[in-house]
Amino acid sequence: MQPSGIKPQPIGPGGRLVATVRKKAVKQEGLEKCPTGIAGLDEITGGGLPKGRPTLVVGSAGSGKTLLSMEFLINGATKFNEPGVFVAFEETAEELSKNVASLGFDVQALVAKKKLAVDYVYIERSEIEETGEYDLEGLFVRLGHSIKSVGARRVVLDTIEVLFAGLPNPAILRAELRRLFRWLKTMGVTAVITGERGEHSLTRYGLEEYVADCVIFLDHRVTDQLSTRRLRVVKYRGSAHGTNEYPFLIDEHGMSILPITSMGLAHEASMEKVPTGIPRLDKMFDGGGYYRGSSVLVSGTAGTGKTSLAAFFADAACRGGKRCLYFAFEESQSQLMRNMRSIGLDLAKWTRKGLLMVHSSRPEVQGLERHLVEMHKLIREFKPQAVVVDPITNLVKIGGQLEVTSMLTRLIDYLKSEKITSLSTSLVTDARAAEAAAGVSSLMDTWIALQDIESNGERNRGIMIMKSRGMGHSNQVREFNLTDRGIMIADAYLGPSGIVTGSARAAHEIQEEAALIEQKNELDRKKRELERRRKVMQAKIEELKAGFETDKEELERLAGEGKEKESARAAQRGVMARMRMAD
Amino acid sequence: MKGKTAGNKQPTKGPTKKRAATKAKTKLWELRLYVAGQTPKSLAAFANLKGICEAHVPGCYTIEVIDLLVNPQLAKGDQIIAIPTLVRKLPVPIRKIIGDLSNTERVLVGLDLRPLQ
Repeated sequence: MQPSGIKPQPIGPGGRLVATVRKKAVKQEGLEKCPTGIAGLDEITGGGLPKGRPTLVVGSAGSGKTLLSMEFLINGATKFNEPGVFVAFEETAEELSKNVASLGFDVQALVAKKKLAVDYVYIERSEIEETGEYDLEGLFVRLGHSIKSVGARRVVLDTIEVLFAGLPNPAILRAELRRLFRWLKTMGVTAVITGERGEHSLTRYGLEEYVADCVIFLDHRVTDQLSTRRLRVVKYRGSAHGTNEYPFLIDEHGMSILPITSMGLAHEASMEKVPTGIPRLDKMFDGGGYYRGSSVLVSGTAGTGKTSLAAFFADAACRGGKRCLYFAFEESQSQLMRNMRSIGLDLAKWTRKGLLMVHSSRPEVQGLERHLVEMHKLIREFKPQAVVVDPITNLVKIGGQLEVTSMLTRLIDYLKSEKITSLSTSLVTDARAAEAAAGVSSLMDTWIALQDIESNGERNRGIMIMKSRGMGHSNQVREFNLTDRGIMIADAYLGPSGIVTGSARAAHEIQEEAALIEQKNELDRKKRELERRRKVMQAKIEELKAGFETDKEELERLAGEGKEKESARAAQRGVMARMRMAD
Repeated sequence: MKGKTAGNKQPTKGPTKKRAATKAKTKLWELRLYVAGQTPKSLAAFANLKGICEAHVPGCYTIEVIDLLVNPQLAKGDQIIAIPTLVRKLPVPIRKIIGDLSNTERVLVGLDLRPLQ
């Protein structure tokens, strides 16, 4: 029997879609892909599922097969203008639309708009009697009719294996299934066929025999009482694809997959700097702060002020009008807000303005991968320029060292590629230990170590920059204080036993101040002395001047007297001559 | 198919008044045969069905033939997957019999006709 006389539908009413398809075909020389629109899956498969061919999605019960295929159809209808047909063998159309409504899909609206057709195929073995040769032409007709009614380009059969349980004579079924998949190919529709995972073969009824173009495997694994969903592309004929297992998440927005391990080290380095939130700390970093898009690690023992440092960083980002996402694994949002208020930081106003988002959760709530997926998702949605993870070490609780390191590597890589500055805190027992930061210190561009400095019966906090790639930085250990006006970084004083902190530093400061005053006094005294001496000198000059004047007057008087005497004598001589009658 | 238009309800041989009157316990066998085009299997199924009905419930049955190639939308109502499928609408419960009805024994079991023999 020939397939029913239903011709493949034209791609679209206008030539627009046809044109875009052709353009894509030129761009990708290999297999043409049909985008799923599911976050991450298109990246793993290099563009989507093979266009016009069937793809098998295998998984055990509850692994998300129906959801994946439904999202494939809905995205096709809403984003790619490719209507779809969903043939449900397990759920009725009503059940199906109710089930996926919780994930934000409005099936009924799409059905009403003729973008989607849902056909529930019901088979009950007990109601069926087999009396001779038969074929599945009825299914073909129904499918063909549905495809025709909406002009479908995508088809989902979920799950066709029900046929094996519902219909007798597997030999006929197998032949018919082979014909069905061939027929789907000739129809030019991209089909997703779901299948239950089998014990010995990939699927219970060996569907992989018929659908050989692309096989996607979904897994739902429980390790240490924590479950993680994973996806793997088992095979993809004619196309390169990511081969790893990728964790994925199902939440109120559908499915999202994380192709993190495919990331390379290709991010661009920015010269832009972002403030640390503490002016003195900015100065320690060559006067600007952290590089934008760099990863910062703040390690320290308990109570050294890691969270405070992180909060100031978040505050500075918000102050600059940037969005900041704060992952708190230890404190609730209100607890964080209250605690930060005590050091003069009002974070609540940033959350009100929508610049700060605090995501609090216990690490034990879910698996490591799920955390990672969730973090990615939040980052994608919130689009922050700064991210705080406080603390990363708490994640070690729920995973091995290796897993945590690999997860953080992915997270940091992702943040770097998105040019997001990240600050992670790490609780350590020894601030200088190489493994101080869950083994990720080498991943970090900047490492700030906070430490306890215990001396003179006091415990004080010290801050130092262990490393900061690509910039000069202070090499000093500084003391920092948490005051009600924020973090104060004090000057460094060196005492006989390292840096001087706390009250000793205060004493040192007082001493220095006293010395300064002393010095000033000395100077004043010297000045006064000089003034006095100048005055003495002045007086002496006056005295000498006076003596000189006296002498000069005496001389003038004497000279005057001589002249008078001379003229007197001349007069006398004249008188005498007259008297003598001299000639 | 003897000129029967697909989808149209047309009794092959309506129960005559006489037979209906004489057989107090007579039930009406309302049968619906789904086919897809006039394929050998479809034709065989129809012929087989007619033969069986004539032999076991002569005169008190109706056969409605539905060609899905003409009316594909009708496949949904009776949940048709396999072709040919014979649906016994009456008497209730609804039974489905798939295949070309060549196995008479099984057809009789499926249609619940055994007690009449």
